Amino acid sequence: MSVVDRIRSSDGALARVVAGRRRRSARRRAILLGLGVLIVAAFVVTLMVGRTFYGPDEVLAVLFGRDVQGATFTVGRLRLPRAVLAVVAGAAFGMSGAAFQTMLRNPLASPDIIGITWGSGAAAAFAIVVLGLGGAPVSAIAIVAGLAVALAIYLLSRRGGLVGLRLVLIGIGVAAMLHAVTLYILSKAPDWEAQEAMRWLAGSLNGANWQSAAPVLVALTVLGPVLVLLARDLDALRLGDDTAAGLGVRTERTRLLVLVAAVGLLAFATAATGPIAFVAFLAGPIASRLVGADRPVLVPAALIGALLVIVADFTGQFLVGARYPVGVITGVLGAPYLLFLIIRSNRTGGSP
Amino acid sequence: MTTVPVGTASDAAAERLRRPTRVRLLWFAASLAALALIVAASVAIGSRDVPLPAIVAALGGGGDGLDAAAVQTRVPRTVLALVVGAALGVSGAVMQGVTRNPLADPGILGINQGASLAIVAGIATVGLTSATQYAWVAIAGAAVSAVVVYTIGSLGRGGATPLKLALAGAATTAVFSSFITAIVLPRNDINSVVRSWEIGGVGGARWDVLTQVAPFLVVGLLLSLGSARALNSLALGDDLAAGLGERVALARITAALGAVMLCGAATAAAGPIAFVGLVVPHLCRLLVGVDHRWLLPYSAVVGAALLAASDVLGRIVARPAELDVGIVTAVVGAPVFIAIVRRRKVREL
Repeated sequence: MSVVDRIRSSDGALARVVAGRRRRSARRRAILLGLGVLIVAAFVVTLMVGRTFYGPDEVLAVLFGRDVQGATFTVGRLRLPRAVLAVVAGAAFGMSGAAFQTMLRNPLASPDIIGITWGSGAAAAFAIVVLGLGGAPVSAIAIVAGLAVALAIYLLSRRGGLVGLRLVLIGIGVAAMLHAVTLYILSKAPDWEAQEAMRWLAGSLNGANWQSAAPVLVALTVLGPVLVLLARDLDALRLGDDTAAGLGVRTERTRLLVLVAAVGLLAFATAATGPIAFVAFLAGPIASRLVGADRPVLVPAALIGALLVIVADFTGQFLVGARYPVGVITGVLGAPYLLFLIIRSNRTGGSP
Repeated sequence: MTTVPVGTASDAAAERLRRPTRVRLLWFAASLAALALIVAASVAIGSRDVPLPAIVAALGGGGDGLDAAAVQTRVPRTVLALVVGAALGVSGAVMQGVTRNPLADPGILGINQGASLAIVAGIATVGLTSATQYAWVAIAGAAVSAVVVYTIGSLGRGGATPLKLALAGAATTAVFSSFITAIVLPRNDINSVVRSWEIGGVGGARWDVLTQVAPFLVVGLLLSLGSARALNSLALGDDLAAGLGERVALARITAALGAVMLCGAATAAAGPIAFVGLVVPHLCRLLVGVDHRWLLPYSAVVGAALLAASDVLGRIVARPAELDVGIVTAVVGAPVFIAIVRRRKVREL
């Protein structure tokens, strides 16, 4: 084989690689677009359908600020904030869960399982039940507590190398402890609040309004881009710390930044809706199934999270017999995913 | 000239964990004495403290009305705490032996939560009422969740590592909690009945519950204690155990059945209580070494003491109300769990 031939054949290989990359990018764009369309569709449906049906014209009129008899209150004050909160909280949970799963290289290591969500949850429960607070102070306390817990787990697990595995286990211990604390705080609530407390504990969009939706929206617009910017370094971490360092990634700094941004998203969302079960756990793996295992998953995971929450909330409100909070629906969805993990690993023999 | 003993590192480690019989008996006496003290405290301390003479009088059938009433409710409560604590301690020790996993615990692995879910589902659908029914259903639920968690945890490379088992347990626990919420939320009628299966407590102890659950606990205890020798063989690894004439699969299943019966029945009596099964065997191994023939009875005594002490603690810190014992054990036990994780090398996880 002459040198020219070799170059030519490598040219062919190059062309194939380029074409493959183009194809995958196109597929990724198509998937993102499809998810976006689905979210918008679900959003519009939740605005229209409910106890009373409002046509698209009435909904649009309300959205453009015109006064429509009945619809202005029902759609503008009740359904719109609820739908917005569902989308932004779902996106926050999904993105932060995917960040954790990528960073810790384990699909089971999502923040709701390793205790971070419970840090915010316990603090928010304390603020609501014991201190009798509401609104912004609750969010603030939940965020501070979530960060404190994440930092504590991080520091406890920093003891010579391979921080990931130990971090997961310590997180599980912390989760069990904080879960017990949360249950205790909620048991202090008067009996008539107990039902409501249980709803909150499962994660619920009941009582959503603009005051609760706005902080989550702001957090998502600030912290979401931060995480997306870190995505490249985060992906390098998946190769292992040494390789990532070899590629010029400052591993400790990246990990800390991702931790802070992901926990921030999580804490804002948890303060607004309660710890909606399993959205953080499910969104990442579903996203990586869709876009391919070795592609960046943060944005698709956010879209999946938003779609999950808005659809699950609608299902919980209207499609099943009792009015379930959204977290119960997403939590029950987690069960088949666990089974799926078993089946898939049996087939491929890979590490779950 | 003295000969230098030649041995590998693992020999040295085993030597450190071997205890002379005298030391073992001494520690046994010490833990029994501690247990007696805790029992006395458990009957005496509460929203109304009862002095010792009044306790004696009440137990004799006389005494002042209020004191006697307090003692009458606290005695079954204390007995329940002892029984459940012992069951969970032994169950945890057996699970750690069977899975050869230092982080095994019926609470962390989600097995207690599975028992709870089974009971709640039973109450909601077919209206279970008696403790005997609870125990049957709970043991079935515990067995199913043990199989599920172990299957998820042992998938993939490296088999059932502590990390994968603990993660599988945590995820399963979360799923089960969601199911419990889904069952309970729309049912106002059973809400108060079911609430005690969200977090474990011994507050509502009654003699009839105890006597109904007792047979299950006895059978579970006998199965577990009978497996002690087999567990010692299993600790050497499956191949070596088989070489020693142990029927490995049968031994595993027997021991696991004993552990599942113990924690299922304990959950039926007191609700899901985590970390007792984790902390107790680790503590006992420090005292008496790794021989399961000693470890299991020790875990029973220390488990009983730990749960009763947690219950007393829960009554002291939240006066005049009380903390459920499941909350106390979680808050006390989680730091121990974290300490165990921190001390071990990452490779072993």
